[in-house]
Amino acid sequence: MPFIPHTPDDVQVMLAEIGAESIEDLFDEIPGELRVNELDGVPEGVSEMEMLGLMSARAAADVAGVCFIGAGCYDHHIPAAVWDLTARGEFMTAYTPYQAEASQGTLQLIYEYQSMMAALTGMDVSNASVYDGASGLGEAALMAMRANKKIKSRTILIAETVHPFYRETAQNIARHQGVEFKTIPVAANGLVDMSALDEVGEVTAVVVQQPNFFGLLEDVDAMTDWAGERGAFLIAVVNPLSLALLKPPGSWGSEGADIVCGDGQPLGIPMASGGPSFGFLCCRDKLVRQMPGRIIGRTEDLEGQPGFTLTLQAREQHIRRGKATSNICTNQGLLVTAATIHMSLMGACGLKQVAERCVAQTHKLVTALVSIPGVEERFCGPFFHERVLNLPRNSETVVSMLLEHGILGGLPLGEHYPGMEDALLVCATEKRTAGEIEHYRSALQMCLES
Amino acid sequence: MKKNAATIFELGKTGRGAMAQRVPSGGTPANIPESQLRKVQPALPEVSELQVVRHYTNLSAKNFSIDNQFYPLGSCTMKYNPRGAHGAASLPGFLGRHPLAPEAVSQGFLACLYDLQEILKDVTGMQGVSLTPMAGAQGEFIGVAMIRAYHEARGDLERNEILVPNAAHGTNPATAVMCGYKVAEVGLDASGDVDTEALKAAVGPQTAGLMMTNPSTCGVFERRIREISGVVHDAGGLLYYDGANLNAILGKVKPSDMGFDVLHMNLHKTFATPHGGGGPGAGPVGVGERLLPYLPVPMVGERDGVYRWMTEKDLPQSIGRLSCFMGNAGILLRALAYALMLGREGMHRVGEYATLNANYLASRLEKAGFELAYPDRRATHEFVLTFSKQAKSMGVTAMDFAKRLLDYGIHAPTTYFPMLIAECFLIEPTETETLEELDAFVSALAAIQREAQSDPERLLSAPHDLPVRRLDDVKAARELDLVWRAR
Amino acid sequence: MSEIPTELRFATSHEWARLEEDGSVTVGISDHAQNALGDVVYVELPEQGQLVAAQHEAGVVESVKAASDIYAPVGGTVIAINSALDDAPELVNQDPYGAGWFFKMEPADVEELTELLDPEAYAEICEAEEH
Repeated sequence: MPFIPHTPDDVQVMLAEIGAESIEDLFDEIPGELRVNELDGVPEGVSEMEMLGLMSARAAADVAGVCFIGAGCYDHHIPAAVWDLTARGEFMTAYTPYQAEASQGTLQLIYEYQSMMAALTGMDVSNASVYDGASGLGEAALMAMRANKKIKSRTILIAETVHPFYRETAQNIARHQGVEFKTIPVAANGLVDMSALDEVGEVTAVVVQQPNFFGLLEDVDAMTDWAGERGAFLIAVVNPLSLALLKPPGSWGSEGADIVCGDGQPLGIPMASGGPSFGFLCCRDKLVRQMPGRIIGRTEDLEGQPGFTLTLQAREQHIRRGKATSNICTNQGLLVTAATIHMSLMGACGLKQVAERCVAQTHKLVTALVSIPGVEERFCGPFFHERVLNLPRNSETVVSMLLEHGILGGLPLGEHYPGMEDALLVCATEKRTAGEIEHYRSALQMCLES
Repeated sequence: MKKNAATIFELGKTGRGAMAQRVPSGGTPANIPESQLRKVQPALPEVSELQVVRHYTNLSAKNFSIDNQFYPLGSCTMKYNPRGAHGAASLPGFLGRHPLAPEAVSQGFLACLYDLQEILKDVTGMQGVSLTPMAGAQGEFIGVAMIRAYHEARGDLERNEILVPNAAHGTNPATAVMCGYKVAEVGLDASGDVDTEALKAAVGPQTAGLMMTNPSTCGVFERRIREISGVVHDAGGLLYYDGANLNAILGKVKPSDMGFDVLHMNLHKTFATPHGGGGPGAGPVGVGERLLPYLPVPMVGERDGVYRWMTEKDLPQSIGRLSCFMGNAGILLRALAYALMLGREGMHRVGEYATLNANYLASRLEKAGFELAYPDRRATHEFVLTFSKQAKSMGVTAMDFAKRLLDYGIHAPTTYFPMLIAECFLIEPTETETLEELDAFVSALAAIQREAQSDPERLLSAPHDLPVRRLDDVKAARELDLVWRAR
Repeated sequence: MSEIPTELRFATSHEWARLEEDGSVTVGISDHAQNALGDVVYVELPEQGQLVAAQHEAGVVESVKAASDIYAPVGGTVIAINSALDDAPELVNQDPYGAGWFFKMEPADVEELTELLDPEAYAEICEAEEH
């Protein structure tokens, strides 16, 4: 019996102790008409070897080639030590650290994580993670609603240059509480159309992504000050890797951002079809009681030795029930473990070098691809590690053709931005070599000539 | 165990680093204006690779885990997490797949998700399953959002209230509120079943639905579930099944047959995926026919052996996207691997042996002099023990017993939940524990009970043998120290 | 057995109210309530000038393991809050009827005080809860 250790003798001993004839007797309180025996949709069980055979064949079928897709999930190198340590059973098979004395490993690690995220974002505090960047934005929006008591409107402005899936997810999470999202349109240069801001009335918060979905750098100082002058919160959606190089949200404008969220995937998490990854959420000290999710604090034990424990739990659902800041319970603890180890290994210098190399490789990629007649950069402003290219034909068609050359060429934008059917969002991380970039160039040239 | 609690930051020195991880940078990008660049480096650790490996290895040793200890946390289903499932999800083809890779090069992954959808449909009796929810609480949110969408689509706009039994997990009322509903709680009768008279009085034209677990958090099976679903349905409400306790009835009872319209499953409980020190989980939702149009996207469809993503174009009434990509995809793969190894027969055995272990443990503890909260009921996969008598007569609480158990090398059961039973333990041994392990647990609790009589201070000041003594959580909350600063 | 001063009025939700000589009403939580909550770690107070209706939420008091809403025992305007609780929430435990007060109100209708429980009636409620 897979994973069940009982011998027939064990079962007899246990039934005798209980005073039951059979295991079936233990279900005698369940009304007979509810009992089922049919599970036709579940196949016969197989050994681990056979299971791995099937799964290996499926995994191998998806090895597609060199990845030039970004759009919220990036192909970075992960130091070997990250997952060697993260996959230790002591981290992987522990529960939420409710029994603090038996969970000091996880608790101290999350405290270190909170410290690293606060440092990276330039904010005062971080929680212990939320599910992913997109749902984190939903939580950030609800948090702003609770915390910004000066503004009575239930409107949040969100830039059209924020990841389309983030916008959808955040709206789907927050709309049940009467939150209305208004989109600030994208201007021809691929950035937030600041002129459209003048017509907006009272808003609770403004959401801006840096670098934005097109890889461009927004004028975050101006956006932050615009929000601050109107009593609106500034919610920053950021790529954590970029913060080793770019100005952190805590330093945006004259006052800095109020809430910062994003996806931690670039910090040591494999792409793995987009999950599990983790969402991070950081804020100013004064907002910490409106923060959803778990938070770890340092304290002392009864001998005065330092130790770590869950704190501010009265915000959470297991105590506050219907009045909690969120219903979130389980978060993404193991991915936070990986990210903490990753950040420790890389340090500020290591992350900055990776970020710089991503920028450099993307420049090389763009230079190589626009050398092909008909391929152009769609926007001209400064960018991080993604770029939108205009192709001479439908980008989705081109992406399919590139697959035959072992190239995952990027994300066609037509589905997300009507009118951009020929546009392609490309990305080169530090992993992309000169050879791979040249291979992409020649493959694209062939596809466009065919 | 080492009592050192130095943080990784304190191990560092300016200029040190894990140099094998450094890449040639390419220099400061010329295209980025000075005003956009970071002026001061973030205060991350400056440590060698060995320091990192040693620090986190030592930290890991300060954790209890399933791999190290018996971990009978009620309602958490801390069963063995098969390494084979972890191995399957860690295959390079799965780890390296970009979430936006075209379908043509994603057939292996899509086939896995499709198979899991089908298996979960069958074990729950539901008509459709969406795998996107990233945890149980998100599954609840999505489930209640679907209930709301259903009523709204029918123009039934007066329903503004969700009912929950007062023993429910805190996520239930918190979810209902997030979905814009008011919450009304319904009590239990003395035997742990829902008070159906109170329920009848509580339902009405305002009722959008009822959320409940079955077996309940009291560790008993709700015997009048058909009556309850009838009452709620007659009032026009829908029934939500919180799958936190599905392990008890896996392969034995299908939630659809109990009258539930929508549910979530906790794959990190019932399908043995690791808890990871607080996640990731996965909380797929299943629905009956009425809610099929509202399932969240993306889902996976199949035609002639070709798999494809189903989006809002296929499901125009969907409540939409609730994660950036495909939820916690890697957890879904682990759950599928587990299900494949269990198979049909193994699925039946989960509920059977989980129930056998719980009833055996309950019986032995009762005979050892401990008090069951529901002595006249069958235990399900878990049961409630109350230390009210010990608290009154000896001044030792359930928390003291819990902390002392840690010294015995056993993780404490869930304490003080369900809230309506004083001084309680909620104990869930799971099916993967041996008879010997259960006996050792009984011996440990009995020994602690003797200590409580002879030397209560031993309990009150427990734990004694862990990396830290009992922690001051009042100080933690009053003097917030949430990030490390050089001092 | 908890302390119940005789000059106070009580709400069933465990707030106390004291009519001051200047006609204002001071509000706090009872000794019984602070005992039941345990060590108070945070108090969220209403804003000065805020209008609150009787029996409506006017704040939150938190311990490590619980959080309770504070309801205004009478309707009126909040005219003072005890900001000492920001840094010293333990005052609620140490001196619930003195330094641990929460806020002062100018009552809209001082007669509402008579609808609250007198000390004897409140003692009965506490006794019932303690058993």
